[in-house]
Amino acid sequence: MREVSRDRIKAFITLLPSVVLIGVFVYGFIGNTVWISMTDWRGGAALSENPVKNFIGMQNYVELFSGFLDGRFRQDLVNAVYYSVLLLVGAVGIGMFIAILLDRKPRGEDFLRTVFLYPMSLSFIVTGTIWRWLLAPQGGVNLLPTYLGGKALDFQWLSSMKTVLLFDWQNLFPILLYLAAFVLILLGLGKLRRDPSRAFKHYLVPGVVLGAVVWLFGDLLPRALFMEEEHGFNLATLGIILATIWQYSGYTMALYLAGFNGISQDLMDAARLDGASDFDYYMHVAIPMLKPITISAVIILSHISLKMFDLIFAMTGPDNAATGHPALDMYLTTFRANDFAKGAAIAIVLFLVAGTFIIPYLVTSYRQRRNAR
Amino acid sequence: MTRRISFGTVLLYLVLAVLVVVYLLPAYMAVVTSLKLPNEITLPRAWEFPSTLNWSSFSEALALLKPNLVNSVILTICATALSTVLGSLNGYVFSKWKFKGSEVIFTLFLFGMFIPYQVILIPLFQTLRAMNLYGGLPGLILAHVVYGLPITSLIFRNFYAQIPTALIESARLDGAGFFSIYTRIVFPLSIPGFVVTSLWQFTQVWNEFLWGICLTRHSENPITVGLAQLAGGQAVSWNLPMAGSILAAIPVLCIYVFLGRYFIRGLLAGSVKE
Repeated sequence: MREVSRDRIKAFITLLPSVVLIGVFVYGFIGNTVWISMTDWRGGAALSENPVKNFIGMQNYVELFSGFLDGRFRQDLVNAVYYSVLLLVGAVGIGMFIAILLDRKPRGEDFLRTVFLYPMSLSFIVTGTIWRWLLAPQGGVNLLPTYLGGKALDFQWLSSMKTVLLFDWQNLFPILLYLAAFVLILLGLGKLRRDPSRAFKHYLVPGVVLGAVVWLFGDLLPRALFMEEEHGFNLATLGIILATIWQYSGYTMALYLAGFNGISQDLMDAARLDGASDFDYYMHVAIPMLKPITISAVIILSHISLKMFDLIFAMTGPDNAATGHPALDMYLTTFRANDFAKGAAIAIVLFLVAGTFIIPYLVTSYRQRRNAR
Repeated sequence: MTRRISFGTVLLYLVLAVLVVVYLLPAYMAVVTSLKLPNEITLPRAWEFPSTLNWSSFSEALALLKPNLVNSVILTICATALSTVLGSLNGYVFSKWKFKGSEVIFTLFLFGMFIPYQVILIPLFQTLRAMNLYGGLPGLILAHVVYGLPITSLIFRNFYAQIPTALIESARLDGAGFFSIYTRIVFPLSIPGFVVTSLWQFTQVWNEFLWGICLTRHSENPITVGLAQLAGGQAVSWNLPMAGSILAAIPVLCIYVFLGRYFIRGLLAGSVKE
């Protein structure tokens, strides 16, 4: 018995260096960034060996969300939201579609899989460099229709100044509440067939009430900003979204394909016997069964879209405001403008957004592992 | 038996063919542009094949990017080797020597894989500067090793979960201890695990950009930063950036094309679920 306990100590000692490194470099550093974000560490003090930092509380955050000079950050945040949503829809949708095609076991499946997945192995800088040339205004993608007998496009993929879905940042709170009401109603409608009473009680009624309350009393909500400031979806980000989907749809394809292969042939045959068409089989049997895979894909893709830095850097450079992203803003604020405190605050905002996805995901996977034992 | 060719099959192959073309177009464009003479590269004729093959862009790009390539090779090999070995040991403990709280520690490890790295960038920069590691490759290697630990530990943990615990138990009864079980039983079985993990780490480190640009000085820049500088700004002629892109992509593409099976396993392991 003593041998075993000595081995346990050895096991722990083997793990210890990694525990210390992760403890310091992940958790210690995050704590340090939180602290920096609450100081006034900027300008000349940023570069000195022993900088003087004064605690100023939440001021950096207040400035980011409602300060006169930080409109750029707010637009970047809006960009990141649109960017994430479109990337998710595009990459999951196309990846799932290709996986279903490959699940029909066409000839040359290996070759096809290689073709759809190779972009994934490339660096974002390589992808960005190639796509910047592909999306040049009078060439590349815009010329493709002419080879099919059509007219050349003239869309400015990376430099369009057009913005759609505009909204006033002043109305941020009512908009967020409307959005919450909308999501509740959608969820309710989705669950209506399976469990009508729960759908009404937990989703539909609260959703409608919330929407109505905001509509009636929305004016009483505080304004998020003292002046009008319009933000919207910059069409210039479409080029970047396109390149990211090209690079990552193969990834979701690989995830789904592995999932489809894991479903037993019997189940497919059973569904066929019940008269289900291929469409029904995927829609009502296979894809619902692969919900854990969908969740994984959503988590990893939103993580990628939140830290998106390299691709935008390579495609439009760090200074292009129309395609800005908080991850780039953080870099510019910290290392160009030497405003370490505000850079840290931007990083923490990114971190918190990422955390809302990742922490529940990790907690569930932890519970599953614990229960599996 | 004659093969029945239905409308559905035709449609399937047609859609797949279109998709293949779409996915290969960027690669085609990169190759074609890199082989053209600079004065032959014009927007309206971007898709056309070069009239004469001009290979000199590659030697020119290679000359410009050589220091970066050397840096990246050193960086990638060191960081991959270190993080893989550490990950193997961690995975061994996490799967075969579970102790109270080891699952919690493992989950806390995994968290490190999902943080946006901007959130640790400023303290990392400060710490490396204080340790006199800022600007050079050792600092960058350290960063890659530390933040590579979550994924390497995860892959090895899942890999070692397949080794029957009975095997470990019987070795223990024969008097083997912690390290001799590792060197005699676990390690010899780990070769596929090492291949998967090191390929994954290799591509990750090779492709990384944010730390490369924030933590190294010019002479120590890895290939991604070198390429971004070559291609950045108002690029004069596109043959060089394209040739540079191809040079930067070749090592990872080779891994992917020749060892794709292992690459996909790393990719699936990265999604946490076993």
